[in-house]
Amino acid sequence: MNVKILGSGCARCKQLYAEAQKALAQSGVEASLEKVEKIDEIMKFGVMMTPALVIDAEVKCSGRIPPAAEIVSWLTTAAAKAG
Amino acid sequence: MDAVQWRPPFGMRAARSALLLAGLATWWLVYRNLEAFARWFVHDLLSMAADTRLISALEFFVYEAPKVLMLLFVVVFGVGIVRSFFTPERTRRMLAGRRQAVGNVLAALLGVVTPFCSCSAVPLFIGFVTTGVPLGVTFSFLISAPMVNEVALVLLFGLFGWKVAALYLGTGLAIAMIAGWTIGRLHLERWVEGWVYQTKTGVGPDTAALSWADRVRAGRDAVKDIVGKVWPYVLAGIAVGAGIHGYVPENFMASIMGKGAWWSVPLAVLIGVPMYSNAAGIIPVVQALLGKGAALGTVLAFMMSVIGLSLPEMIILRKVLRPPLIATFAGVVALGILLVGYLFNIVL
Repeated sequence: MNVKILGSGCARCKQLYAEAQKALAQSGVEASLEKVEKIDEIMKFGVMMTPALVIDAEVKCSGRIPPAAEIVSWLTTAAAKAG
Repeated sequence: MDAVQWRPPFGMRAARSALLLAGLATWWLVYRNLEAFARWFVHDLLSMAADTRLISALEFFVYEAPKVLMLLFVVVFGVGIVRSFFTPERTRRMLAGRRQAVGNVLAALLGVVTPFCSCSAVPLFIGFVTTGVPLGVTFSFLISAPMVNEVALVLLFGLFGWKVAALYLGTGLAIAMIAGWTIGRLHLERWVEGWVYQTKTGVGPDTAALSWADRVRAGRDAVKDIVGKVWPYVLAGIAVGAGIHGYVPENFMASIMGKGAWWSVPLAVLIGVPMYSNAAGIIPVVQALLGKGAALGTVLAFMMSVIGLSLPEMIILRKVLRPPLIATFAGVVALGILLVGYLFNIVL
Protein backbone atom coordinates (compact mmCIF):
# COMPACT_ATOMS: atom_id res chain seq x y z
CA MET A 1 0.00 0.00 0.00
CA ASN A 2 1.16 3.50 -0.74
CA VAL A 3 0.33 6.81 0.95
CA LYS A 4 1.14 10.13 -0.66
CA ILE A 5 1.06 13.64 0.76
CA LEU A 6 0.52 16.22 -1.97
CA GLY A 7 1.66 19.78 -1.37
CA SER A 8 4.42 22.14 -2.30
CA GLY A 9 6.17 22.06 1.04
CA CYS A 10 4.04 24.53 2.99
CA ALA A 11 3.69 24.40 6.76
CA ARG A 12 0.32 22.69 6.55
CA CYS A 13 1.75 20.01 4.26
CA LYS A 14 4.37 19.15 6.86
CA GLN A 15 1.67 19.00 9.50
CA LEU A 16 -0.31 16.52 7.39
CA TYR A 17 2.82 14.45 6.80
CA ALA A 18 3.42 14.21 10.53
CA GLU A 19 -0.22 13.27 11.12
CA ALA A 20 0.03 10.52 8.46
CA GLN A 21 3.19 9.19 10.08
CA LYS A 22 1.40 9.01 13.40
CA ALA A 23 -1.56 7.25 11.81
CA LEU A 24 0.66 4.67 10.12
CA ALA A 25 2.33 3.85 13.40
CA GLN A 26 -1.01 3.60 15.20
CA SER A 27 -2.74 1.44 12.62
CA GLY A 28 0.12 -1.00 12.13
CA VAL A 29 -0.73 -1.09 8.42
CA GLU A 30 2.24 -1.75 6.15
CA ALA A 31 2.50 1.14 3.72
CA SER A 32 5.06 3.43 2.20
CA LEU A 33 4.72 7.16 2.81
CA GLU A 34 5.97 9.74 0.33
CA LYS A 35 5.81 13.45 -0.29
CA VAL A 36 4.76 14.73 -3.71
CA GLU A 37 5.91 18.30 -4.17
CA LYS A 38 6.04 18.74 -7.95
CA ILE A 39 3.09 20.74 -9.17
CA ASP A 40 2.44 18.70 -12.33
CA GLU A 41 2.47 15.50 -10.26
CA ILE A 42 -0.03 17.08 -7.86
CA MET A 43 -2.26 18.19 -10.74
CA LYS A 44 -2.52 14.60 -12.02
CA PHE A 45 -4.69 13.88 -9.03
CA GLY A 46 -6.90 16.83 -9.88
CA VAL A 47 -6.30 18.32 -6.47
CA MET A 48 -6.87 22.07 -6.22
CA MET A 49 -6.38 22.53 -2.51
CA THR A 50 -3.22 21.47 -0.78
CA PRO A 51 -2.30 19.61 1.30
CA ALA A 52 -3.98 16.43 0.10
CA LEU A 53 -3.69 12.82 1.17
CA VAL A 54 -3.76 9.98 -1.33
CA ILE A 55 -4.00 6.27 -0.51
CA ASP A 56 -3.31 3.94 -3.46
CA ALA A 57 -4.10 6.61 -6.08
CA GLU A 58 -7.35 7.59 -4.35
CA VAL A 59 -7.60 11.15 -2.99
CA LYS A 60 -8.92 10.91 0.56
CA CYS A 61 -8.96 14.56 1.50
CA SER A 62 -7.69 17.90 0.24
CA GLY A 63 -7.30 21.33 1.77
CA ARG A 64 -7.54 20.17 5.35
CA ILE A 65 -5.59 18.26 7.94
CA PRO A 66 -7.62 15.30 9.18
CA PRO A 67 -6.84 14.00 12.67
CA ALA A 68 -4.69 10.86 12.84
CA ALA A 69 -7.71 8.80 13.93
CA GLU A 70 -9.49 9.60 10.66
CA ILE A 71 -6.43 8.62 8.63
CA VAL A 72 -6.22 5.38 10.61
CA SER A 73 -9.78 4.49 9.58
CA TRP A 74 -8.93 5.11 5.90
CA LEU A 75 -5.82 2.99 6.22
CA THR A 76 -7.60 0.04 7.78
CA THR A 77 -10.43 0.08 5.23
CA ALA A 78 -7.93 0.30 2.39
CA ALA A 79 -5.94 -2.57 3.93
CA ALA A 80 -9.09 -4.67 4.30
CA LYS A 81 -10.02 -3.95 0.67
CA ALA A 82 -6.56 -4.95 -0.51
CA GLY A 83 -7.17 -8.11 1.48
CA MET B 1 -13.70 10.06 0.61
CA ASP B 2 -15.45 7.43 2.58
CA ALA B 3 -19.19 7.32 2.29
CA VAL B 4 -19.58 4.91 5.19
CA GLN B 5 -20.26 7.07 8.19
CA TRP B 6 -21.16 6.25 11.71
CA ARG B 7 -24.39 8.03 12.57
CA PRO B 8 -24.97 8.86 16.20
CA PRO B 9 -28.32 7.79 17.66
CA PHE B 10 -31.16 10.30 17.56
CA GLY B 11 -30.98 11.17 21.27
CA MET B 12 -27.37 12.16 20.97
CA ARG B 13 -28.02 14.26 17.89
CA ALA B 14 -30.89 16.06 19.63
CA ALA B 15 -28.71 16.72 22.66
CA ARG B 16 -25.99 18.14 20.45
CA SER B 17 -28.43 20.44 18.65
CA ALA B 18 -29.81 21.62 21.99
CA LEU B 19 -26.31 22.34 23.18
CA LEU B 20 -25.58 24.35 20.06
CA LEU B 21 -28.75 26.40 20.48
CA ALA B 22 -28.07 27.04 24.16
CA GLY B 23 -24.57 28.16 23.23
CA LEU B 24 -25.91 30.61 20.66
CA ALA B 25 -28.46 32.01 23.13
CA THR B 26 -25.77 32.58 25.76
CA TRP B 27 -23.61 34.21 23.12
CA TRP B 28 -26.40 36.63 22.25
CA LEU B 29 -27.03 37.57 25.90
CA VAL B 30 -23.36 38.26 26.58
CA TYR B 31 -22.96 40.15 23.32
CA ARG B 32 -25.90 42.45 24.07
CA ASN B 33 -24.47 43.41 27.44
CA LEU B 34 -20.87 44.06 26.50
CA GLU B 35 -21.16 47.84 26.32
CA ALA B 36 -22.72 48.10 29.76
CA PHE B 37 -20.09 45.75 31.08
CA ALA B 38 -17.25 47.82 29.64
CA ARG B 39 -18.64 50.99 31.22
CA TRP B 40 -19.13 49.27 34.54
CA PHE B 41 -15.68 47.69 34.41
CA VAL B 42 -13.82 50.90 33.66
CA HIS B 43 -15.84 53.36 35.74
CA ASP B 44 -17.06 51.43 38.74
CA LEU B 45 -14.62 48.60 39.18
CA LEU B 46 -11.44 50.50 38.40
CA SER B 47 -13.14 53.77 39.46
CA MET B 48 -10.88 55.80 37.28
CA ALA B 49 -11.78 59.37 36.66
CA ALA B 50 -8.45 61.12 36.83
CA ASP B 51 -7.17 60.75 33.30
CA THR B 52 -9.97 60.96 30.81
CA ARG B 53 -7.77 60.05 27.85
CA LEU B 54 -6.70 56.83 29.47
CA ILE B 55 -10.31 56.09 30.30
CA SER B 56 -11.52 56.55 26.77
CA ALA B 57 -8.70 54.35 25.44
CA LEU B 58 -9.40 51.69 28.03
CA GLU B 59 -13.14 51.75 27.50
CA PHE B 60 -12.56 51.35 23.79
CA PHE B 61 -10.42 48.28 24.35
CA VAL B 62 -12.57 46.62 27.00
CA TYR B 63 -15.64 47.01 24.81
CA GLU B 64 -14.23 46.34 21.34
CA ALA B 65 -11.92 43.41 22.07
CA PRO B 66 -14.52 40.94 23.38
CA LYS B 67 -17.11 42.24 20.90
CA VAL B 68 -14.94 41.64 17.86
CA LEU B 69 -13.70 38.29 19.10
CA MET B 70 -17.25 37.12 19.77
CA LEU B 71 -18.42 38.23 16.34
CA LEU B 72 -15.44 36.56 14.77
CA PHE B 73 -16.22 33.34 16.56
CA VAL B 74 -19.79 33.10 15.33
CA VAL B 75 -19.19 34.30 11.78
CA VAL B 76 -16.15 32.10 11.17
CA PHE B 77 -18.15 29.15 12.47
CA GLY B 78 -21.03 30.00 10.13
CA VAL B 79 -18.74 30.55 7.16
CA GLY B 80 -17.04 27.22 7.89
CA ILE B 81 -20.41 25.51 7.61
CA VAL B 82 -21.37 27.39 4.45
CA ARG B 83 -18.00 26.52 2.87
CA SER B 84 -18.58 22.83 3.49
CA PHE B 85 -21.20 23.08 0.73
CA PHE B 86 -18.67 24.46 -1.74
CA THR B 87 -15.47 22.86 -2.94
CA PRO B 88 -13.07 24.17 -5.60
CA GLU B 89 -14.05 21.14 -7.71
CA ARG B 90 -17.70 22.08 -7.67
CA THR B 91 -16.89 25.74 -8.31
CA ARG B 92 -14.73 24.77 -11.26
CA ARG B 93 -17.52 22.69 -12.75
CA MET B 94 -19.87 25.63 -12.41
CA LEU B 95 -17.43 27.99 -14.12
CA ALA B 96 -16.06 25.78 -16.90
CA GLY B 97 -16.96 27.06 -20.35
CA ARG B 98 -18.82 30.11 -19.04
CA ARG B 99 -18.90 33.10 -21.27
CA GLN B 100 -17.35 36.38 -20.19
CA ALA B 101 -19.53 38.66 -18.05
CA VAL B 102 -21.82 35.94 -16.68
CA GLY B 103 -18.72 33.95 -15.79
CA ASN B 104 -17.06 36.92 -14.10
CA VAL B 105 -20.11 37.67 -11.96
CA LEU B 106 -20.47 34.05 -10.93
CA ALA B 107 -16.73 33.64 -10.26
CA ALA B 108 -16.60 36.71 -8.01
CA LEU B 109 -19.58 35.44 -6.00
CA LEU B 110 -18.18 31.93 -5.72
CA GLY B 111 -14.86 33.42 -4.63
CA VAL B 112 -16.54 34.52 -1.42
CA VAL B 113 -17.92 31.13 -0.41
CA THR B 114 -15.35 28.69 -1.80
CA PRO B 115 -12.61 27.79 0.64
CA PHE B 116 -9.37 29.37 -0.53
CA CYS B 117 -5.90 29.86 0.81
CA SER B 118 -3.25 31.76 -1.10
CA CYS B 119 -0.92 28.79 -0.58
CA SER B 120 -3.12 26.77 -2.98
CA ALA B 121 -3.35 29.58 -5.54
CA VAL B 122 -1.12 27.73 -8.02
CA PRO B 123 -2.91 24.34 -8.13
CA LEU B 124 -6.20 26.20 -8.20
CA PHE B 125 -5.12 28.41 -11.09
CA ILE B 126 -3.87 25.43 -13.11
CA GLY B 127 -6.93 23.38 -12.23
CA PHE B 128 -9.19 26.16 -13.48
CA VAL B 129 -7.51 27.20 -16.72
CA THR B 130 -6.74 23.66 -17.91
CA THR B 131 -10.34 22.54 -17.58
CA GLY B 132 -12.00 25.26 -19.57
CA VAL B 133 -12.47 28.15 -17.14
CA PRO B 134 -11.53 31.29 -19.13
CA LEU B 135 -8.53 33.29 -17.87
CA GLY B 136 -10.54 36.40 -17.03
CA VAL B 137 -13.12 34.37 -15.12
CA THR B 138 -10.31 32.64 -13.20
CA PHE B 139 -8.98 36.07 -12.25
CA SER B 140 -12.37 37.23 -11.02
CA PHE B 141 -12.24 34.30 -8.63
CA LEU B 142 -8.63 34.90 -7.63
CA ILE B 143 -9.33 38.55 -6.88
CA SER B 144 -12.54 38.11 -4.95
CA ALA B 145 -11.41 35.13 -2.85
CA PRO B 146 -8.82 37.00 -0.76
CA MET B 147 -10.34 40.48 -1.04
CA VAL B 148 -13.83 39.69 0.16
CA ASN B 149 -12.74 38.13 3.37
CA GLU B 150 -15.03 37.00 6.17
CA VAL B 151 -12.74 38.29 8.92
CA ALA B 152 -12.67 41.72 7.30
CA LEU B 153 -16.42 41.65 6.92
CA VAL B 154 -16.91 40.84 10.61
CA LEU B 155 -14.57 43.57 11.75
CA LEU B 156 -16.17 46.15 9.51
CA PHE B 157 -19.61 45.17 10.71
CA GLY B 158 -18.56 45.18 14.34
CA LEU B 159 -16.62 48.43 14.28
CA PHE B 160 -18.37 50.50 11.60
CA GLY B 161 -21.86 49.05 11.27
CA TRP B 162 -23.61 47.21 8.48
CA LYS B 163 -23.51 50.00 5.91
CA VAL B 164 -19.75 50.05 5.63
CA ALA B 165 -19.64 46.26 5.67
CA ALA B 166 -22.12 46.16 2.79
CA LEU B 167 -20.16 48.80 0.88
CA TYR B 168 -17.01 46.75 1.27
CA LEU B 169 -18.74 43.58 0.10
CA GLY B 170 -20.38 45.31 -2.87
CA THR B 171 -17.33 47.20 -4.08
CA GLY B 172 -15.01 44.23 -3.50
CA LEU B 173 -17.25 42.06 -5.68
CA ALA B 174 -17.52 44.81 -8.31
CA ILE B 175 -13.73 45.17 -8.51
CA ALA B 176 -13.31 41.39 -8.88
CA MET B 177 -15.94 41.21 -11.64
CA ILE B 178 -14.72 44.21 -13.62
CA ALA B 179 -10.98 43.56 -13.22
CA GLY B 180 -11.41 39.92 -14.25
CA TRP B 181 -13.56 40.93 -17.21
CA THR B 182 -10.93 43.47 -18.29
CA ILE B 183 -8.15 40.89 -18.08
CA GLY B 184 -10.31 38.54 -20.15
CA ARG B 185 -10.89 41.20 -22.84
CA LEU B 186 -7.16 41.89 -23.07
CA HIS B 187 -6.53 38.25 -24.13
CA LEU B 188 -3.38 37.80 -22.07
CA GLU B 189 -3.17 34.00 -22.36
CA ARG B 190 0.28 34.37 -23.95
CA TRP B 191 1.57 35.67 -20.62
CA VAL B 192 0.62 32.54 -18.79
CA GLU B 193 3.67 30.27 -18.48
CA GLY B 194 3.57 27.84 -21.41
CA TRP B 195 3.75 24.64 -19.40
CA VAL B 196 0.56 25.49 -17.54
CA TYR B 197 -1.71 24.68 -20.47
CA GLN B 198 0.22 21.48 -21.13
CA THR B 199 -0.37 20.21 -17.61
CA LYS B 200 -2.57 17.15 -17.47
CA THR B 201 -5.13 17.76 -14.83
CA GLY B 202 -6.80 14.70 -13.40
CA VAL B 203 -10.40 14.49 -12.34
CA GLY B 204 -10.70 15.79 -8.82
CA PRO B 205 -11.94 13.73 -5.92
CA ASP B 206 -15.65 13.20 -5.79
CA THR B 207 -16.82 14.43 -2.45
CA ALA B 208 -19.22 12.20 -0.66
CA ALA B 209 -22.25 13.88 0.87
CA LEU B 210 -21.42 15.27 4.27
CA SER B 211 -23.66 14.82 7.26
CA TRP B 212 -24.64 17.78 9.41
CA ALA B 213 -22.30 16.59 12.11
CA ASP B 214 -19.47 16.81 9.55
CA ARG B 215 -20.48 20.33 8.61
CA VAL B 216 -20.62 21.45 12.23
CA ARG B 217 -17.19 19.93 12.64
CA ALA B 218 -16.00 21.89 9.59
CA GLY B 219 -17.27 25.06 11.28
CA ARG B 220 -15.49 24.17 14.49
CA ASP B 221 -12.26 23.45 12.62
CA ALA B 222 -12.53 26.81 10.85
CA VAL B 223 -12.86 28.56 14.23
CA LYS B 224 -9.87 26.70 15.62
CA ASP B 225 -7.84 27.42 12.53
CA ILE B 226 -8.77 31.04 11.76
CA VAL B 227 -9.64 32.53 15.15
CA GLY B 228 -6.72 30.63 16.65
CA LYS B 229 -4.45 32.38 14.18
CA VAL B 230 -5.82 35.91 14.06
CA TRP B 231 -6.73 36.70 17.66
CA PRO B 232 -3.34 38.17 18.61
CA TYR B 233 -3.58 40.51 15.59
CA VAL B 234 -7.09 41.50 16.52
CA LEU B 235 -6.05 42.35 20.07
CA ALA B 236 -2.92 44.19 18.91
CA GLY B 237 -4.95 46.11 16.33
CA ILE B 238 -7.59 47.06 18.87
CA ALA B 239 -4.90 48.12 21.35
CA VAL B 240 -3.33 50.44 18.76
CA GLY B 241 -6.81 51.62 17.86
CA ALA B 242 -7.53 52.29 21.53
CA GLY B 243 -4.33 54.33 21.79
CA ILE B 244 -5.29 56.43 18.78
CA HIS B 245 -8.83 56.74 20.10
CA GLY B 246 -7.68 58.08 23.44
CA TYR B 247 -4.59 60.08 22.62
CA VAL B 248 -4.66 61.39 19.06
CA PRO B 249 -6.47 64.74 18.94
CA GLU B 250 -9.77 65.09 17.08
CA ASN B 251 -9.46 65.88 13.38
CA PHE B 252 -5.75 65.21 13.46
CA MET B 253 -6.08 62.90 10.45
CA ALA B 254 -8.32 65.24 8.50
CA SER B 255 -5.43 67.10 6.88
CA ILE B 256 -3.52 63.94 5.90
CA MET B 257 -6.27 61.45 5.13
CA GLY B 258 -9.27 63.72 4.82
CA LYS B 259 -11.47 64.30 1.79
CA GLY B 260 -9.67 67.51 0.92
CA ALA B 261 -6.37 65.75 0.31
CA TRP B 262 -6.88 64.30 -3.20
CA TRP B 263 -3.46 62.65 -3.21
CA SER B 264 -4.26 60.66 -0.12
CA VAL B 265 -6.14 57.92 -2.05
CA PRO B 266 -3.29 56.94 -4.40
CA LEU B 267 -0.87 57.26 -1.52
CA ALA B 268 -3.01 54.94 0.60
CA VAL B 269 -3.02 52.34 -2.20
CA LEU B 270 0.71 52.74 -2.81
CA ILE B 271 1.46 52.14 0.86
CA GLY B 272 -1.14 49.41 1.14
CA VAL B 273 -0.08 47.08 -1.70
CA PRO B 274 3.35 46.03 -0.41
CA MET B 275 2.00 45.88 3.13
CA TYR B 276 0.98 42.42 4.06
CA SER B 277 -1.15 42.30 7.10
CA ASN B 278 -4.29 40.37 7.63
CA ALA B 279 -7.58 42.17 7.89
CA ALA B 280 -7.63 41.42 11.58
CA GLY B 281 -4.70 43.64 12.39
CA ILE B 282 -5.42 46.51 10.07
CA ILE B 283 -9.10 47.26 10.53
CA PRO B 284 -9.15 48.30 14.20
CA VAL B 285 -6.36 50.78 13.41
CA VAL B 286 -8.26 52.05 10.44
CA GLN B 287 -11.39 52.50 12.49
CA ALA B 288 -9.58 54.72 14.95
CA LEU B 289 -8.15 56.79 12.09
CA LEU B 290 -11.63 57.25 10.71
CA GLY B 291 -12.77 58.56 14.08
CA LYS B 292 -10.07 61.20 13.88
CA GLY B 293 -11.20 62.66 10.60
CA ALA B 294 -9.80 60.37 7.92
CA ALA B 295 -12.14 60.00 4.93
CA LEU B 296 -13.97 56.71 4.48
CA GLY B 297 -12.95 56.28 0.82
CA THR B 298 -9.29 56.74 1.61
CA VAL B 299 -9.45 54.33 4.50
CA LEU B 300 -11.38 51.74 2.47
CA ALA B 301 -8.84 52.01 -0.36
CA PHE B 302 -5.99 51.50 2.06
CA MET B 303 -7.64 48.48 3.61
CA MET B 304 -8.54 46.85 0.30
CA SER B 305 -5.04 47.23 -1.06
CA VAL B 306 -3.58 45.71 2.08
CA ILE B 307 -5.90 42.70 2.03
CA GLY B 308 -6.68 42.25 -1.65
CA LEU B 309 -3.26 42.71 -3.21
CA SER B 310 -0.50 40.99 -1.40
CA LEU B 311 3.11 40.62 -2.40
CA PRO B 312 3.47 37.00 -1.19
CA GLU B 313 0.50 35.93 -3.34
CA MET B 314 2.04 37.58 -6.40
CA ILE B 315 5.33 35.81 -5.75
CA ILE B 316 3.46 32.51 -5.52
CA LEU B 317 1.59 33.28 -8.76
CA ARG B 318 4.88 34.07 -10.53
CA LYS B 319 5.24 30.30 -10.93
CA VAL B 320 2.38 30.28 -13.42
CA LEU B 321 2.18 33.87 -14.67
CA ARG B 322 4.76 35.93 -16.54
CA PRO B 323 5.66 39.31 -14.99
CA PRO B 324 3.62 41.42 -17.46
CA LEU B 325 0.47 39.52 -16.49
CA ILE B 326 1.19 39.91 -12.79
CA ALA B 327 1.76 43.63 -13.36
CA THR B 328 -1.50 43.90 -15.33
CA PHE B 329 -3.36 42.03 -12.61
CA ALA B 330 -1.97 44.26 -9.85
CA GLY B 331 -2.49 47.38 -11.97
CA VAL B 332 -6.11 46.66 -12.87
CA VAL B 333 -7.03 45.81 -9.28
CA ALA B 334 -5.17 48.84 -7.89
CA LEU B 335 -7.01 51.04 -10.37
CA GLY B 336 -10.32 49.58 -9.24
CA ILE B 337 -9.48 50.24 -5.60
CA LEU B 338 -8.44 53.78 -6.46
CA LEU B 339 -11.79 54.44 -8.15
CA VAL B 340 -13.66 53.02 -5.16
CA GLY B 341 -11.69 55.31 -2.86
CA TYR B 342 -12.49 58.43 -4.88
CA LEU B 343 -16.09 57.39 -5.35
CA PHE B 344 -16.71 57.16 -1.62
CA ASN B 345 -14.90 60.37 -0.85
CA ILE B 346 -17.12 62.15 -3.38
CA VAL B 347 -20.42 60.48 -2.54
CA LEU B 348 -20.22 60.36 1.25
